[in-house]
Amino acid sequence: MTAHTKPVSRYTTAARINHWVTAVSLILLALSGMALFHPSLYFLTYLFGGGQITRAIHPWIGVVLAVSFLGLFLRFFTLNFWNRDDTIWMKNLGAVINDREEGLPEIGKYNAGQKLVFWGQSILILLLLGSGFVLWDTYFASYTTIDQKRLSAVVHALCAIGAILIWIVHVYAAIWVKGTLSAMTRGSVSGGWAWKHHRKWFRQEVGKS
Amino acid sequence: MSVMQALDLRRRSASSVPAPAAGKPAAVPVAKLIDVSKCIGCKACQTACLEWNQLDQPIGYTDGTYNNPTDLTTASWTVMRYTEYEHGDDLEWLIRKDGCMHCDDPGCLKACPAPGAIVQYTNGIVDFISDNCIGCGYCVKGCPFNIPRISQVTSKAYKCTLCSDRVVVGQAPACAKACPTQAIYFGTKEDMIAHAGKRITDLKSRGYQNAGLYNPPGVNGTHVMYVLQHADKPSLYAGLPDNPQISPLVGIWKGVMKPLSLAAIAFAGAFGLMHYVTKGPNRVTEHDEEKAAEVAGSEKA
Repeated sequence: MTAHTKPVSRYTTAARINHWVTAVSLILLALSGMALFHPSLYFLTYLFGGGQITRAIHPWIGVVLAVSFLGLFLRFFTLNFWNRDDTIWMKNLGAVINDREEGLPEIGKYNAGQKLVFWGQSILILLLLGSGFVLWDTYFASYTTIDQKRLSAVVHALCAIGAILIWIVHVYAAIWVKGTLSAMTRGSVSGGWAWKHHRKWFRQEVGKS
Repeated sequence: MSVMQALDLRRRSASSVPAPAAGKPAAVPVAKLIDVSKCIGCKACQTACLEWNQLDQPIGYTDGTYNNPTDLTTASWTVMRYTEYEHGDDLEWLIRKDGCMHCDDPGCLKACPAPGAIVQYTNGIVDFISDNCIGCGYCVKGCPFNIPRISQVTSKAYKCTLCSDRVVVGQAPACAKACPTQAIYFGTKEDMIAHAGKRITDLKSRGYQNAGLYNPPGVNGTHVMYVLQHADKPSLYAGLPDNPQISPLVGIWKGVMKPLSLAAIAFAGAFGLMHYVTKGPNRVTEHDEEKAAEVAGSEKA
């Protein structure tokens, strides 16, 4: 007979809403931003009602993302500090992506990969926000020189590509590791999932109840 | 005028397709030649520009100089810039008619993300097609001369059209037509370079040893050129760039970054797909569930 534990709570309702607001903003920003980045993707402006509207709303969605991501940052940054086990985990990344993580240290709420996603997006979004204001001519054209705007355009594009790449890693990890998605849809994961992937966190959680 | 004109396209912004005129014989390149040494600063050209293009420059303020308006605007596509150049005991009043230079290698067009919002005709004129403009301001970043202006009202970019609508029917630009001292010439680029040569010889004979033609090679030459008394120092003329070129930052942004970025994204997606196909999903086993139950149970006990 198989014994199953109760689902383990991982995210509050507020945290999930915060996450999905960020997620939807990021996808809309990626689509509208790519539309203005590469002529071959200009057709994506039709999703937003044309070029003028795409140009006008992209920065506003950026503001929503920045505020929303700040919420995620404040919720989770204390859980994302780097420790020695994370370094060991990173050195064994090959084993991890081959699903052979038995010998590795027990993981708290976040593994090193998740922490890198967290810090990577935090830094990139800060840079995107800063360079985005410089490019937001409707309101801020007069505050910077043309050379600063040129530099911002390059920084903005580079950071956006970085953020999209991290987003791909983030989404793929959720697809690959079965049982993950329920953490962000229903707020909980199975005991087995918590045991397999975040054992130290699981021990803490069951210790509480 | 003997110039054969056609508004066939040589380049079209944000379009990888060949421009419609590719393969057809190109129109003769045209140019406007502004002889700074003959300009008296009367601003007839500014007025003619407003009139022909039916533009309304709202009354602004004066900064105490003759520069009026003080800068290019969405309505003032050309402005006179006055510089008092003192050297030794001499004072020269340098008056430059500023406006779009119609670069042969236009940075605005290169930077523009909206297909067909900026075009270059085979005669060399660079034109903004407002219908396609999205008001992003990338042309401002692409331009080495700080020319385009974005309207707060229409959210579109504006600049001198070199009167493409007049040129196509064999007329000279309105500014050239209005100039009372014939400081503004218009014709084929070849003729304008030849005419500039005569003017430069004349200026040199009158003591302007550094007189010369401003047709900067950094942007592959321009279709608006100046005869300058001091061609060795273009920046004397209210900051005319000495060696204008499209910023290397714009070159990176609009060049290598575009294909490399898409390739990186495609690679990341392909890597994920291949990983899933070769490794399969990462599943929680029954053993994990049993261990979890065991630990949870022992904690409770």
